[in-house]
Amino acid sequence: MSGELVGLVVVSHSGRLADGVAEVAAQMAPDVTVTPAGGLPDGGVGTDFEAVLAAVTEAATGAGAVVLYDLGSAQMTAEMAVESLPEPDAAVIVDAPLVEGAIAAAVSAQGGGDRSAVADAARAAAGRPEVADTADAAGSGAAASSGAAADSGAAAASDGAAGARAEITLANEVGLHARPAALLARSIADLDADVRVSLGATDADAKSVFSLMSLTARKGDTVVVTATGAQAEDAVARVTALAERNFDE
Amino acid sequence: MGCNAERVAEVLRAGGATVAEHKAELIDLDRAIGDADHGENLDRGFAAVLAALDGGLPETPGAVLKVAATTLISKVGGAAGPLYGTAFLRAATTLGDASELDAAAVATGLRAALDGVVARGKAEVGDATMVDALAPAVEAAERAQADGGDPAAVLAAAAGAAKEGADSTVPLTARKGRASYLGERSVGHADPGATSTALVLGAFAEAAR
Ligand SMILES: Nc1ncnc2c1ncn2[C@@H]1O[C@H](COP(=O)(O)OP(=O)(O)OP(=O)(O)O)[C@@H](O)[C@H]1O
Ligand SMILES: [Mg+2]
Repeated sequence: MSGELVGLVVVSHSGRLADGVAEVAAQMAPDVTVTPAGGLPDGGVGTDFEAVLAAVTEAATGAGAVVLYDLGSAQMTAEMAVESLPEPDAAVIVDAPLVEGAIAAAVSAQGGGDRSAVADAARAAAGRPEVADTADAAGSGAAASSGAAADSGAAAASDGAAGARAEITLANEVGLHARPAALLARSIADLDADVRVSLGATDADAKSVFSLMSLTARKGDTVVVTATGAQAEDAVARVTALAERNFDE
Repeated sequence: MGCNAERVAEVLRAGGATVAEHKAELIDLDRAIGDADHGENLDRGFAAVLAALDGGLPETPGAVLKVAATTLISKVGGAAGPLYGTAFLRAATTLGDASELDAAAVATGLRAALDGVVARGKAEVGDATMVDALAPAVEAAERAQADGGDPAAVLAAAAGAAKEGADSTVPLTARKGRASYLGERSVGHADPGATSTALVLGAFAEAAR
């Protein structure tokens, strides 16, 4: 299984930091191999080229690897290690926040994302999560037109692509907190559909854990799930089913 | 007048000795604007290079430099590892399997080293890094070579310019590496990597005389 999924490598100056980031990321993605490479061989702080090369070599089999780093020499050491691979293209180094990036990448990899999708997920974890406000003309326009198609349940969106929509009242205890948000994002990661979840005026990219969490949707809130694209109906059905199972809480 | 593998190894040994001698000074410089490990990192790396050369001398100058490069990359453990390592590796590659280095080869090797450091670290002159020592060193080396200098004269010119370049980092704000996190507070300190670059080139020049 792990050979089919993109693997992650966490390069850090500290062994404990690399281990900790790998631990937190792996929790969200049970089938993804997250390999830590941190610290010097004697346990000191620094980056060990040989350890990084071993980790990257191991992770870059099968579907390849995405490499995250903390700072300074960790980036340069990661670059040297990737350049030393028989196939340097097998690994992508991303400039992303280490913890959030690793988690976003792990969730994307778990959903079957390829190297560039996993790398994009890590990069997108930088800065503020993607949240559209009604005040932003473009974002609200899209949300409103999806909303207008509401009553038909599933309807063609204005651009002619297949579209689907559902309203879900969250019944689970924690709402769209980290774990449910990760489950939701993971459940639709492999579908060819653009899926949005909105709460009131804000909406979120349903394939991004951080975007979903930033809605801070709680128990009792009603969120609207809209999807466009070839597998829009599947996407809405999966999200609805997950919510009906109370996110397996 | 050329330098063979044995001479290049001697020159490297002199560089290693200088790093060991100035280890505490480099640590102090890095304590002021970094994490106090530059002297330790570089000394660990050069000690391993010397041990590797003691284990057997490769046949060509390029091969000697390649041993230095791979050893530094493996052993240094900080930014200096990939940077010094890439510098030596690029120089080694450029020199190919020539059995002796003339003045032109020394200048070409230094230029390749600088290109490698810039490619790896993306720093420019004025960012307060080792590039501030190495870039003027390469220019001085090329001038000395064009003026008909021998390998020792080329290295001497490089060393002099590197020393000035290292001193020029004192008033600068660091824009790359760990010291860049300090912003304005990095002003007033010599960059450790620029200082070690000047020390190592100084030792190379001395040993090549
Ligand atoms: N991007 C860069 N380009 C050129 N030189 C750099 C760059 N980053 C750091 N340096 C040089 O490296 C020197 C510091 O080397 P040192 O071995 O102490 O690494 P470090 O900064 O502690 O490494 P780390 O990134 O692991 O913390 C600096 O003084 C500077 O000259
Ligand atoms: Mg340091």
